[in-house]
Amino acid sequence: MTALMPKLYGAEDPIENARWSLHDAKDRKAFFTDTSICIGCKACEVACKEWNQNPQDGDYEYLSQSHDNTGELGANTWRHVAFIEQGEDEVAKARESGRRLVSLGMPSIGPKTAMTPEQRADAAIAGGNVDTTPPDTPDFRWLMSSDVCKHCTNAGCLDVCPTGALFRTEFGTVVVQNDICNGCGTCVAGCPFGVIQRRDDGTISPKSEPGDHDDVKNMGTANKCTLCYDRLLDGQTPACAQTCPTTSIKFGDHTDMVDKARQRVAELHAKGMTEARLYGANPKDGVGGTGAVFLLLDEPETYGLPPDPVVPTKHLGQIMASYAAASAGMVAVAALAFLGGRK
Amino acid sequence: MTNSDFDAYRPPEQPRRKRRRDRLSGAAGDMLRRRRRGGDDGGREMSMVDDVEFTSYYGRPIVKAAPWGDEISAYLFLGGVAGGSGLLAFGAQMFDLDDLRRNARFAALGAVGAGTVCLIADLGRPERFLNMMRTVKPTSPMSWGTWILSAYGTVTGIAAVSEADDVLGEVLPLGPLRPMLRTAADTSGVAMGFLGAPLAAYTAALLSMTSTPTWAGARRGLPYLFVSSATAAASGLAMITTGSEQTKPARLLAITGAAGELIAMDLMKKDMHPLEREPLEIEEPGRKLKLAHALTIAGGVGTLLFGKRSRILAAASGAALMAGSALTRFGVVEAGHLSTTDPKYVVGPQRDRLEERRAAGIVDDSITTAG
Repeated sequence: MTALMPKLYGAEDPIENARWSLHDAKDRKAFFTDTSICIGCKACEVACKEWNQNPQDGDYEYLSQSHDNTGELGANTWRHVAFIEQGEDEVAKARESGRRLVSLGMPSIGPKTAMTPEQRADAAIAGGNVDTTPPDTPDFRWLMSSDVCKHCTNAGCLDVCPTGALFRTEFGTVVVQNDICNGCGTCVAGCPFGVIQRRDDGTISPKSEPGDHDDVKNMGTANKCTLCYDRLLDGQTPACAQTCPTTSIKFGDHTDMVDKARQRVAELHAKGMTEARLYGANPKDGVGGTGAVFLLLDEPETYGLPPDPVVPTKHLGQIMASYAAASAGMVAVAALAFLGGRK
Repeated sequence: MTNSDFDAYRPPEQPRRKRRRDRLSGAAGDMLRRRRRGGDDGGREMSMVDDVEFTSYYGRPIVKAAPWGDEISAYLFLGGVAGGSGLLAFGAQMFDLDDLRRNARFAALGAVGAGTVCLIADLGRPERFLNMMRTVKPTSPMSWGTWILSAYGTVTGIAAVSEADDVLGEVLPLGPLRPMLRTAADTSGVAMGFLGAPLAAYTAALLSMTSTPTWAGARRGLPYLFVSSATAAASGLAMITTGSEQTKPARLLAITGAAGELIAMDLMKKDMHPLEREPLEIEEPGRKLKLAHALTIAGGVGTLLFGKRSRILAAASGAALMAGSALTRFGVVEAGHLSTTDPKYVVGPQRDRLEERRAAGIVDDSITTAG
């Protein structure tokens, strides 16, 4: 039973909230991107671009930002691999901020599942008197992370879309219908992660100059990752996850992905890697939890992710209230002016 | 394939923070560099928010700017003029100020028409603008706005057509149906009174219900700023179009609107996080808003002193108020865009509110978790 008004903020089942009937609803699908085993090969970027036939984004010259040559997610780049080179100080800092997170007693969400013998061993190591000092303190490390649309439980882009071009699929993902979108751009400002973008440029043939709009499809409309909606409908794995050679990008049911993420972070903590942390696994966060969970090895902003994203419609009530009050005030002042101006 | 070409670009090992800031380009970089020099560029008043300690991904933006150009800023202004003129026309209709009523109706139609053109021109696919009317969506201020604007355009059209028919000596071949048009115009005039304020104010909700730091941070104060600005601009226009014998209410509204605009801006800024506020005070948006401030004061004082005595000076004051209102809208829109260019505007306020919640003992609602 859903309430009359769909929920806009907080933990929820997005599929039920979007009123998919029991018959049509599927299990919510999600990515778990484990950045600790990403090797930065960019196969995900290529596979995504191939499968979705996305136009070329710029000239792919290196940005003098390590090995990054796409820069950020956008209308034409739906997977973006970030490269961060860190020295001893940053590694120590990341470890410290992770340790602080652990000591805050940040909750493990959901029912505690019975531990496997392996996990028990890990827990014993973590809590026991075994020496858990990090085996090494590298003086240099390379962070690589494949970023993607978060497919938020409370999706800002979807909430503010005036045409209904953005919709919640039966898999709980958020997808743009490009034949409906009129390119108003509200979703671009709505997304707290800077993912969705209007396709205002892009080329498809190697000879074309930037600015040539040679038959680029879906020009002028909003574009972003669909979590390969077309492939999901055929029971396939999204292109990026299928191609990932290290299984850094995992795909599956949302609950399984969150469980896997929790297991993995516990594993890394047990090895002394306190810098490991999850991003998007908490249904109580500002976007109701994400449909793309990440295991990060530093603060989110190091990867270009916001530290406390909030869906804009969290403030819907507050905004509507000041909107109504201001409108009423304008009418009242006008009424007074006319009454006072009569004499 | 060799690394050597690119190694040339690689700077020598340095503390990371410094490197990041050196690489910042564009507006954000200029801003930071200026600040590092200690804001030594003369007497320019700049807000100096203490440097925030945080890392970023090469200083790249986190959120994206709305793809909204000057058309949208112009629309915010024109929508305000249209809404305010609707209220004036309704008041004039109630109190039998015929010139004011007629001129305000024409003004409303002109502004709402030009505004709609701006709005459609700024779409990525203008030919699909009717898709806005596929659905009614309470969570989307753009959707509310579409419906308010359509309704407002319709009633204003009816009212203005009737006025035009009257002015042009009943040119429309209506015959016995003319009284019906007049009745419809009266009813439409009432509807303009009801829809004017919501039309002028919804654009504030449109900007605030985003992830753009400065707009979202202004959400409590922005509607008040926009209705004040709209009131001042529409009254200013009435002072240009209509003689002083009928504009007393408009002059009162112009002064109230101008004062409201100044007060609302001040209160709004006080309510914002220093980093969310900063883009309103620096660079191009800062310059525009400062000029808007001066024009609004000049227009308000001019109206107070000369509004009744001199038609020319009243019109000049009205023009100053309109210019001030327009610059306010352009400044606010551009400040929002500026706040997306530097990640500090995203990270700073978010880190602070996270820390605040943690200090208050709330530790279960972070997107980053240990397990």
